[in-house]
Amino acid sequence: MILVGELAGLPPGESVRVQGEVAIAVFNVDGELYAIDDTCSHQDASLSDGWLEGCAVECPLHAACFDLRTGQPSGPPAKKPVRTHAVSIEDGVIYVHESTRVTVGGAVAEEVG
Amino acid sequence: MERVTVVGASLAGLATVRALRAQEFEGRITLIGDERHEPYDRPPLSKEYLAGTVSEDDIGLTHSDDAELDVEWVIGQPASSLDTAGKSVELAGGFRIETDAVVVATGARARELPGDCPEGVHTLRTLDDARALRTELVPGARLVVIGAGFIGAEIASTAAGLGCEVDIVEAADVPLQRPLGAEMGAVCGRLHARNGARLHAGTGLAELVGETRVKAVRLTDGRELPADVVVVGIGAQPNTEWLAGSGLDLDGGVRTDEQGRTAVPEVLAVGDCAHSYRDYTAGWLRLEHWTNALQQPAAAVAALLGREHSAPAHHSVPYFWSDQYGHKIQFAGHRTADCTVQIEEGDPDSGDFLALYLDSEERPVGVLAIDRARPFGQWRRKLARSR
Ligand SMILES: Cc1cc2nc3c(=O)[nH]c(=O)nc-3n(C[C@H](O)[C@H](O)[C@H](O)COP(=O)(O)OP(=O)(O)OC[C@H]3O[C@@H](n4cnc5c(N)ncnc54)[C@H](O)[C@@H]3O)c2cc1C
Ligand code: FES
Repeated sequence: MILVGELAGLPPGESVRVQGEVAIAVFNVDGELYAIDDTCSHQDASLSDGWLEGCAVECPLHAACFDLRTGQPSGPPAKKPVRTHAVSIEDGVIYVHESTRVTVGGAVAEEVG
Repeated sequence: MERVTVVGASLAGLATVRALRAQEFEGRITLIGDERHEPYDRPPLSKEYLAGTVSEDDIGLTHSDDAELDVEWVIGQPASSLDTAGKSVELAGGFRIETDAVVVATGARARELPGDCPEGVHTLRTLDDARALRTELVPGARLVVIGAGFIGAEIASTAAGLGCEVDIVEAADVPLQRPLGAEMGAVCGRLHARNGARLHAGTGLAELVGETRVKAVRLTDGRELPADVVVVGIGAQPNTEWLAGSGLDLDGGVRTDEQGRTAVPEVLAVGDCAHSYRDYTAGWLRLEHWTNALQQPAAAVAALLGREHSAPAHHSVPYFWSDQYGHKIQFAGHRTADCTVQIEEGDPDSGDFLALYLDSEERPVGVLAIDRARPFGQWRRKLARSR
């Protein structure tokens, strides 16, 4: 479990980067919180620097869009998804539960850790 | 309309095919490309691919979903002429493809030096070019890059990272003057010296020295730079020769309106080959920007099919990026000669910053950022709104 900070510090439309095993981006979309891997699956851009458009974030470099709910890219240049992570709020404090990577027969499955 | 032929099987051509199917065109699509490779992405050719950190598979543009596009591929064969009256495209082999509409996406090619060059002299536009250059950039090799434009600067950066000795020759006093202006061009130019590459500005190429293989580069100021490898990065020119005699206006690229339509009905042009009207600058511009080649086709296809198309406002703001020495350079908008530069954030002398270009009425018309991706994205959108 990774401590993100006070909910009040992350108003709607904002994002923040926290460090888990890898960097994780946390977004507030109209009060709903989402967390995904911060590094774009295309190249080395930080998605927490991206542009929020509804439930998707647009990568700040080459504009691939990722669905915050699934981590799936909606178009080029990204071809691979980013991992999504569970978020919880306790006493007004945001926590991220980093997913672990489990490899099943070559494919990457996810599990909340 | 039953048949659409797309000429040029790279970023803009593939984006056109995808847009045709996404916009529910159900007829026959033929995609003609003269390269023998499946479509691939060019930006990594001067960056990660040249550095050896990504593979040819990684830079492929197609993915598994594209199998559903149902396209007739003609790969490894150039189109040699377009008959706008009879609506057909002829291949170099003589084969004629009848069609109802044509989308020209033949891009651009690297400008070459006139005359024969000794071995060891390269340009960089294609995967084959990158393969050839890559084998020569071994540690300790002395590389001279002619031209400090974005691609030349990226090659210099990648080569320095590979342990080459790098000299860059730029005829103008300051690199990148046309896109960025003298002040910011100088800021970007300083990245070379900071990272161990030598920039020689204000001097041109006089002669390549070497019989069969290049040995040195002689400059107009009389100096001679020893060289094992030379890369000529002096710009690109649109691939439009094959359209000669078609009746299309080919001045500075295939001339089109904002949507990519030429003066000939059902003939459109997109990407690097298109000299298109841009609302943002209220004039014609041929852009050599990845994002333009990716985004322009959807609008062009909508115009062709008579469909509505609405793109986010900031798509109309020209945008490109460049990666050099680990820094991310981003520019959006359009600099005009009368622009002044205002630093909004950070400090150009010490590293990351964001600068605005203001026109004569002090309106922001361009934004440049180094390693400031978040505010850059915000400014790019503000530029769209301020028009
Ligand atoms: C080394 C390099 C680095 C770059 N880096 C960046 C960057 O960092 N940022 C950025 O914004 N942009 C960058 N660009 C520019 C970007 O790659 C181009 O804007 C983009 O590739 C344009 O796509 P296109 O499909 O219009 O043209 P192209 O990619 O040029 O493709 C045109 C295709 O048509 C083919 N063709 C030509 N004539 C014929 C014919 N008669 N018949 C059939 N096929 C034909 C060509 O062989 C080619 O395959 C870079 C370009 C290069 C070369
Ligand atoms: S780094 Fe995110 S789209 Fe390229």
